[in-house]
Amino acid sequence: MGEVLVITSGKGGVGKTTATANVGTGLASIGKKVVMVDTDIGLRNLDVVMGLENRIVYDLVDVAQGNCRLKQALIKDKRLEGLCLLPAAQTKDKTAVTPEQMEELCLNLKKEFDYVIIDCPAGIEGGFKNATAGADKAIVVTTPEISAVRDADRIIGLLEAAELRNPTLIVNRLRPDMVKKGDMMDIDDIIDILAVEILGVVPEDQAIVISSNKGEPVVLDLNSSAGLAYRNIAKRITGEMIPVTSWEAEEGLLGKLKSFFGFND
Amino acid sequence: MDIFGKAAGQQEPSSKSIAKERLRLVLVHDRASISPQLLEDLKEDMLKVISSYMEIDENGTEVTLKSDDSSVALMASIPVIKINRI
Repeated sequence: MGEVLVITSGKGGVGKTTATANVGTGLASIGKKVVMVDTDIGLRNLDVVMGLENRIVYDLVDVAQGNCRLKQALIKDKRLEGLCLLPAAQTKDKTAVTPEQMEELCLNLKKEFDYVIIDCPAGIEGGFKNATAGADKAIVVTTPEISAVRDADRIIGLLEAAELRNPTLIVNRLRPDMVKKGDMMDIDDIIDILAVEILGVVPEDQAIVISSNKGEPVVLDLNSSAGLAYRNIAKRITGEMIPVTSWEAEEGLLGKLKSFFGFND
Repeated sequence: MDIFGKAAGQQEPSSKSIAKERLRLVLVHDRASISPQLLEDLKEDMLKVISSYMEIDENGTEVTLKSDDSSVALMASIPVIKINRI
């Protein structure tokens, strides 16, 4: 039986879809059977980030409503064996699928795959409920910005209310140069505030833009720092112990990364 | 004025520490408004502990969060009926 991981953030534009594509591709590149599910109905994008937009016949809504068999809707990745995408519908809205249908879908997918990676839409409404319905674990993506961290805190609260406790955190788009100057929050600051375990840090990297232009996940780019960050994240998900690199090359971050603030809880 | 502050050797706080401080504050408010259930649980636990020291009027007990611009306080009003002799 596989594991269902939902990738969520609250705030839009922090890199959920990019994270989903790279976590999924990263896990598949180390031999895991992976399916990525885009639940952003009406605003699908995981297909273009993966470069699979021309292969879509059926989608998530078709599967949920029984218009096709699950296998028919799964798109095989063109690079990696064992990697599939279940795209969202583009012409419907979030109400086209119910949390119960998502739960059943996740249950069926985990029988076939080692990892089911769910790309959650932004926001805290129906789309979020659908995306989290069948999940076993949650990964929260944030950037080192005040607005994104605030929304991440809210999402962590909502995940707990949905019985998805102890989510892990990806800090995306960290700029070491700004951290050094004291103009950007560091990983420690964010962990301090959110009191969650860190899964990885992805530096701001032009390679991300280039890779999505081409529809090739950056995790396959062996020369990019963001790619390395995602390869490490994939390995950590499988249980490998790899210390989280502070891109500031600072000591004291490693070890137990759970800390609590005075006002917390 | 800014220029005198600098001359006196007072460094301006980094924008990161401003962000962190503002975030701490806004989250205190956000978290305080998230769940009435939590407050109810807290009230029950408090009553349990206090009851072993004194007799209190559980129905007259009120536990609320009061917030102003810069802080959040937990306010509890617990009428005491009788204090147990030790």
